[in-house]
Amino acid sequence: MKIRHFACVLGISLGFCAAAQAQQGTLDRIRAGGGITLGHRDASIPLSYLDDRQKPIGYAMDLCLKIVDAVKEELKMPDLRVNYQPITPATRIPLLANGTIDLECGSTTNTADRQKQITFTITHFVTANRFVSKKAGGLKTFDDLKGKTIVSTSGTTNVKQANELNTARKLGINILNAKDHAEAFLMVDTGRAVAFVMDDILLAGFVANHADPRLFTISSEALSVEPYGIMLRKGDPAFKKVVDEAMTKLFKSGGLTAIYEKWFMKPIPPRGIVMNIPMSDAMKRVMDNPTDSPDPGVYK
Amino acid sequence: MEYNWNWGIFLESSPDGTGSYLYTLFLGARWTLAASLTAWTAALLMGIIVGTITTFPRRLWSALGNAYIEFFRNIPLLVQMFLWFFVVPEILPESIGAWMKRMPNSSFWTAVIALSFFTSTRVAVQFRAGILSQARGQMMAAQALGMNLTQTYGHVLLPMAFRIVLPPLTSEFMNTLKNSSVAMTVGLMELTAQTRAMQEFSFQVFEAFTVSTLIYLIINLLIVLGMRQIERGLAVPGFSIERDPEARMREGG
Repeated sequence: MKIRHFACVLGISLGFCAAAQAQQGTLDRIRAGGGITLGHRDASIPLSYLDDRQKPIGYAMDLCLKIVDAVKEELKMPDLRVNYQPITPATRIPLLANGTIDLECGSTTNTADRQKQITFTITHFVTANRFVSKKAGGLKTFDDLKGKTIVSTSGTTNVKQANELNTARKLGINILNAKDHAEAFLMVDTGRAVAFVMDDILLAGFVANHADPRLFTISSEALSVEPYGIMLRKGDPAFKKVVDEAMTKLFKSGGLTAIYEKWFMKPIPPRGIVMNIPMSDAMKRVMDNPTDSPDPGVYK
Repeated sequence: MEYNWNWGIFLESSPDGTGSYLYTLFLGARWTLAASLTAWTAALLMGIIVGTITTFPRRLWSALGNAYIEFFRNIPLLVQMFLWFFVVPEILPESIGAWMKRMPNSSFWTAVIALSFFTSTRVAVQFRAGILSQARGQMMAAQALGMNLTQTYGHVLLPMAFRIVLPPLTSEFMNTLKNSSVAMTVGLMELTAQTRAMQEFSFQVFEAFTVSTLIYLIINLLIVLGMRQIERGLAVPGFSIERDPEARMREGG
């Protein structure tokens, strides 16, 4: 096909396109290369971020390291090298597709649309779409936002739901799109927008890190549930099986509870803040019945 | 590489409810055009004025012009956008700051202002070069004919300077279009922002960026063709910067 050919030429010029390359399983590649590469975020607190020595840490990172242990066992390679690769929302797909990273350990929402491109292992966190606002405004529900200006991060499921709600309830909300979460939060802080619609766990992270966390409040009303998953390449059942089994084992054995407590209930590096987010009922249900479903209904 | 190409994605409807993905890119391209054309017009006017001022044979004027150029040229565009959007409303009196924040399409106007100032310095420098590249005799001859400073510039120096700098201005125009993508950082949903949004929703990264690359390429090609037409239309018989070196030699120029 002509257009496909063109895309490939463009792809080569950008440094990624190996259509002719044989499809090799991740496990084989790890065995041959002697290393596994984890993709991590730099500021998804407390899931995946950098500490004061620029070392990637977090809840999702700990889970990925458990998966790495399972891979070591599976391949009988106890000295398997673990590499770290920083990623952003823009680079996570290309880097996963071209084999730079083997697992994406961050805060990526599992959706059916995204599953057309990549796949997810068992959900490791269930968050809800809420908004943060200044306490002084007294905003609790989405109806309180009627006619006001709010912000969300462009390209997120959150901005999509905010748009849908705005139309469905005829609220006349003016929705701004920020480039990233930090900037969206800054817009609320400086009064450009009254509320920032985002996953509640990320909002809690921003509030906890603000100079004066008491200024802010997170809405009681939630729009949806968002299951976070660790991403891996599609069409690699052997690797997915190892990863899924490692996660399931961790969930069933109660090992997850300890990791959860470590990141969400206790002081975390680098500044020793406490997120103080007890495990949600939805997450408890996932622990009892591990699932990799993108369907929000499953988590209700 | 294990990547699942899907060019049909563009006809699928975008989750933000505005229409197909292709349509959202079109909406983005429209903001890109609106922001870059507005900013370019303003930058051209400001740049011509500032560039002319810096060549005045009056110390104060040229110092003021140079200060303007160095100020807006030496701060990265990204930082300037950020300053106009987040910092300026905070340092102004509260009522004006609040008005700026609540203004409809404030992202758009912020982007236009930042892009205009930034680009105007580049236009100014080029315009100054266009004026100074003319032989000193031009100005002397004009003044010998009894023209004052305004007339010298209006009838002799500026018309020629404009023709001399047209080719670099074409590049500057194209830079403005490309630089408008920085407006994404202040929340303008222009082409790059829409491309990224599409990538996030669908995870079809390469398709999204391929098409937006093509859109940028096509718009820029149209600019090049349009500017060439203008160059041709404005050419002065016997004076062309495209003349061959031999002709230049013969004329002793």
